[in-house]
Amino acid sequence: MARMKFLLDAERCIECNACVTACKNEHEVPWGINRRRVVTLNDGKPGERSISMACMHCTDAPCMAVCPVDCFYKTADGVVLHSKDLCIGCGYCFYACPFGAPQYPQAGNFGSRGKMDKCTFCNGGPEADNTPAEYAKYGRNRIAEGKLPLCAEMCATKALLGGDGDVIAGIYRERTATRGYGSGAWGWSTAYGQPPRS
Amino acid sequence: MTLTSTGSWLGRALRAFAVVGILAIGSSVALAQAPAPLSGDNNPTARPMAGHTNPSEADMLRALQGVQGQVTIPDRKAGTLVQPQGRTWRETMAGTIRAWGAWLVFGMIALVTLFYLMRGSVMIDGGRSGRTITRFTEFERFNHWMTASAFITLALTGLNVTYGRYLLLPLLGPEAFSTWSAFAKLLHNFVAFPFILGIVLMCVNWIAYNFPNRYDWNWIMQGGGIFTKGVHPPAKKFNFGQKVVFWSVMIFGGIIAVSGIMLLFPFWFGTLETVQLMAVLHSIFALILTAVIIGHIYIGTLGMEGAWDAMYTGEVDERWAKEHHSVWAAEAKAGGDD
Repeated sequence: MARMKFLLDAERCIECNACVTACKNEHEVPWGINRRRVVTLNDGKPGERSISMACMHCTDAPCMAVCPVDCFYKTADGVVLHSKDLCIGCGYCFYACPFGAPQYPQAGNFGSRGKMDKCTFCNGGPEADNTPAEYAKYGRNRIAEGKLPLCAEMCATKALLGGDGDVIAGIYRERTATRGYGSGAWGWSTAYGQPPRS
Repeated sequence: MTLTSTGSWLGRALRAFAVVGILAIGSSVALAQAPAPLSGDNNPTARPMAGHTNPSEADMLRALQGVQGQVTIPDRKAGTLVQPQGRTWRETMAGTIRAWGAWLVFGMIALVTLFYLMRGSVMIDGGRSGRTITRFTEFERFNHWMTASAFITLALTGLNVTYGRYLLLPLLGPEAFSTWSAFAKLLHNFVAFPFILGIVLMCVNWIAYNFPNRYDWNWIMQGGGIFTKGVHPPAKKFNFGQKVVFWSVMIFGGIIAVSGIMLLFPFWFGTLETVQLMAVLHSIFALILTAVIIGHIYIGTLGMEGAWDAMYTGEVDERWAKEHHSVWAAEAKAGGDD
């Protein structure tokens, strides 16, 4: 069984935001919610880097630990999913998430955030695979169709890799060996506990 | 990799106390100066990266600062790439506070139970006299019960957030527990206001009786007389134990109220770090106050004969008054008000 992970090679990301757009389109994500975003560090200065960030599907996921209603679950592939039927919109997962992944449809005063939404690794939710109910709440379930997350699949520079952790770490290792230096694989050690090359 | 930095949280807690203090005075200027997160100095990319070094996520985590960048979407908060303090928050909330809070609250219940089994109720030694003295006015009782019912609602719905997942969820099942928790969350948000009003009125009404006086030390030395039959240290309207409850409600309740309001309006008063801090303070002091109030409920009901009347009818038995609040009883009989 694969252990699904994301890996972002900042050396290759060109801040085209295609991953963001593809995600929004594939899942018909509502206005104001960004399951994936591109953050640019040192914009316009030497050493500028862009990093595409979404839910990293952590090994020991903080959101799962703090959720008061225990609405998160982990699939056999290591994907962290949640049930919007159970979510009470308390905001705890956003406070605990190192990556700012959980998103809410509303501003949040008086606890009016609405149901949390986040990257599903294109793996839907608790409903039956690719049913209209699942699509409406979580978007398309590409994993159930045997495909990988669209953001990584269509990344033009292959900066964003999504798939089995061992495979994508292998690709990254090969790259860094060839070019002679790494780029950090931002978020990897925070999410999975160890650097991608060891 | 796990980051335990209780020390760091303590530092933040102290800073937060300062913020709470300033807020209490009502200075809105201070709000803008709430703990500044993610300062630029620790941004690893501020160092020359030479493009060819491994950018140090590890350094960044060690420094316990986030990484701030820019985004082209309207949600500027999304510019924070990584906020490692979220993991400290998780360990604090779902680890430390959950564990210590359970000891505190359930420990207090165990303690009063044990005390009741060993000592039993503190009876009126001479029996009821049949004559009564007015102890609390209608307004005082109304305000007490408004605050009390609000507090019990807030405590139960608050405990549900911290412990419901372990205690109620297995009993109710996920759907019913979620429905209840969503309702409990709304209840918690709105019942907060009668509680805040209650403690403000309580402060105005009772603060004069709650400053330390010359009877307190003797009262403490005799353990309030609750451990020994027939021992009744003198006290005015409120004895030292009641003063402890009063100041706990004022100070802990005040911190809970201020942090709670900041949680109701999550990003009005600061950044994510402010919200995280407020959630920690809110939980810690709510659990402490819950433990204090469990003791207060015990002594006002099961623990002492005649105490319940004070807040129920407002009229206490004269002999009860003489035994537990002798100085106040004498003054009240002489026609004084307190």
